[in-house]
Amino acid sequence: MAPTPPGPRTTAIAATLALALAATTACAPGDPAGVTDDTVTVGMLHSLSGTMAISEVTVRDAVELAIDEINADGGVLGRQIEPVIEDGASDEATFADRANKLLNDDNAVTVFGGWTSASRKAMLPVFERNNGLLWYPVQYEGLESSPNIVYTGATTNQQIIPALDYLREQGHTSLYLVGSDYVFPRTANQIITAYADAHDMEIIAEEYTPLGHTEYSTITNDIARTEPDAVFNTLNGDSNVSFFQQLRSAGVTPDDSPVLSVSVAEEEIEGIGPDNIAGHLTAWNYYQTTETDTNTGFVQAFTDTYGADRVTSDPMQSAYNAVHLWKAAVEEADSFEVDDVRAALDGTTIDAPEGTITIDGDTQHVIKTARIGQITDTGLIDEIWASPEPITPDPYLTGYDWAADLTG
Amino acid sequence: MDALIGQLPVGLSIGAVLLLAALGLNFTFGQMGVINMAHGELIMIGAYTAYVLHAWIGLNPAYSLLIALPTAFAVTGTLGWLLELGLIRHFYGRPLDTLLLTFGIGMILQQAARDTFGAPNVDVPAPAWLTGGLTLTDNIRIHYSRLFILALAILCVVAIAYHLNRSRAGRQMRAVIHNRDLAATTGINTRKVDATTFFIGSGLAGIAGVALTLIGPTGPTLGTNYIVDAFLVVVIGGLGQLRGTILAALALGLLNATVEAWADASLAKLIVFAAIVAFLQARPQGLLTVKTRALT
Repeated sequence: MAPTPPGPRTTAIAATLALALAATTACAPGDPAGVTDDTVTVGMLHSLSGTMAISEVTVRDAVELAIDEINADGGVLGRQIEPVIEDGASDEATFADRANKLLNDDNAVTVFGGWTSASRKAMLPVFERNNGLLWYPVQYEGLESSPNIVYTGATTNQQIIPALDYLREQGHTSLYLVGSDYVFPRTANQIITAYADAHDMEIIAEEYTPLGHTEYSTITNDIARTEPDAVFNTLNGDSNVSFFQQLRSAGVTPDDSPVLSVSVAEEEIEGIGPDNIAGHLTAWNYYQTTETDTNTGFVQAFTDTYGADRVTSDPMQSAYNAVHLWKAAVEEADSFEVDDVRAALDGTTIDAPEGTITIDGDTQHVIKTARIGQITDTGLIDEIWASPEPITPDPYLTGYDWAADLTG
Repeated sequence: MDALIGQLPVGLSIGAVLLLAALGLNFTFGQMGVINMAHGELIMIGAYTAYVLHAWIGLNPAYSLLIALPTAFAVTGTLGWLLELGLIRHFYGRPLDTLLLTFGIGMILQQAARDTFGAPNVDVPAPAWLTGGLTLTDNIRIHYSRLFILALAILCVVAIAYHLNRSRAGRQMRAVIHNRDLAATTGINTRKVDATTFFIGSGLAGIAGVALTLIGPTGPTLGTNYIVDAFLVVVIGGLGQLRGTILAALALGLLNATVEAWADASLAKLIVFAAIVAFLQARPQGLLTVKTRALT
């Protein structure tokens, strides 16, 4: 294109730009970059491509829903939230790189993101170095508490230990452990083994398979033969489909040996086939069927926005909560500054779809209720047990004597 | 010992799955030498054919699987034939380019499946007569779905053997593999033979896909779960050798199952791969080789 003398349109654009620049510089003293008089920039960092996209896209949808709701309601401290969306591409190095970009180039005041523990571990040093604030929405293996991360999913004492308590209450004392071969299942099974030792429970076997494994005949036949009281399942992703199909073929019913899964949520059941998994158990803090007024509204809003065939799950709900918790903390602090927001975190509470939840300032985890659910033949999960009261997060399991050896 | 015998049907069924996944590759890779990285995606499309018949067209699960088998053969066969006609034949003799080309096609097909059917896995219900299994002894259990796959694999092998050895088209195919130029001079239309071979190889991928819905997830990345194993089976068996492919699939299946009897699945996979590496060091041409007088 040949250079042309500035016409009226170019001048208008230049004027708008100048005004926009003026607006950026005119914000109140003390506000971090990324905050203007009427907008605030936040980052969203999930895998929108690659193997994890299948799960993380649902979480992104939930975060966007929360942002839209808040914006429609007047925003945060009078500012409209403007999300910058980045793709972690199911790759740890990309997560670290994009996190750096969000904090330094886009001036995001906070970031909602991550799913796998590997992605969180990769982002952690970036957030600590830049004093950023990451909201991490998925249940995980514990043993972490960074001042620059807020963990809105469950740690082990809010999911795995209550699940063990439940199984013990039901008189299930012999367990068969099966999991994918990486950090979460291995850590979870260490905790389960220590719990079993301390409570007179028997671990019949501890089996690991590579991620994406599809041949479960050996394991399912072994389960049929050893007849454990229950199976504790920490398999992740597609492997669950093969596992449950083959378990059914091996003739194991939920009445013989119920399988309690900690990584199977509403989103995965359709692919596994409700026929194959109905009657088995899950441990989470939220189900689509959880009966609270907030949840009715959440499920309604979600299906209105994304389609009636979509389901809501625990990680999605935790991600949705993260945005609302952040808003509450910012309003409490009356500032977008990370240090101010962190100081206001302790005791921040909202009425979430899973019930009233509160941030525990010491650990920056969320105090929440544990729930055991049973999968129905329509593909949803019915709650059959809940912890008597919300459980205070204990990521290092310091409150459990039997866990002393685990955490050193 | 009893536990080891119990692993025998498990090993056979793993072998049958590997064999089904590799049979098609035995044609396109083994016989024609085309490194078709999109073979896994053809398997995936076969699986989705079963899904479409059940979920979109609404066939009764009791027999939709049986209808899906020939349908998938036709669908993926035609797709493979079109690929050969439109793209792959222009790349004959350029294996690296073919690899990249078909890898790209595979990614396009994967994304197309994701856009059409969504990223999450879909449910293809097994017919009621294939759920459950036989319990022979405490240690020996045979799943009906596995028996079905074994029977299907045997059926495919018999059909292929009949085609290769008894039919005119099959004999022409073998002639082209043994010596393309000589075959051409006897009047065989090698272009037509190539197209047919690709059609059959791709169609077999579709059949494998339908069978895999019985034992695993049906999703856009289904093919990537099996493509490496399928190539391994063909390479170990010896290129272009149906018998070699069968032997290799069964050997791998049995080895996997026996190792898994005393080590966990992660370790079993590692040991099996190590064994494959050692085997190919000693015998790079695979179990069986084509005896040919061609000057290659």
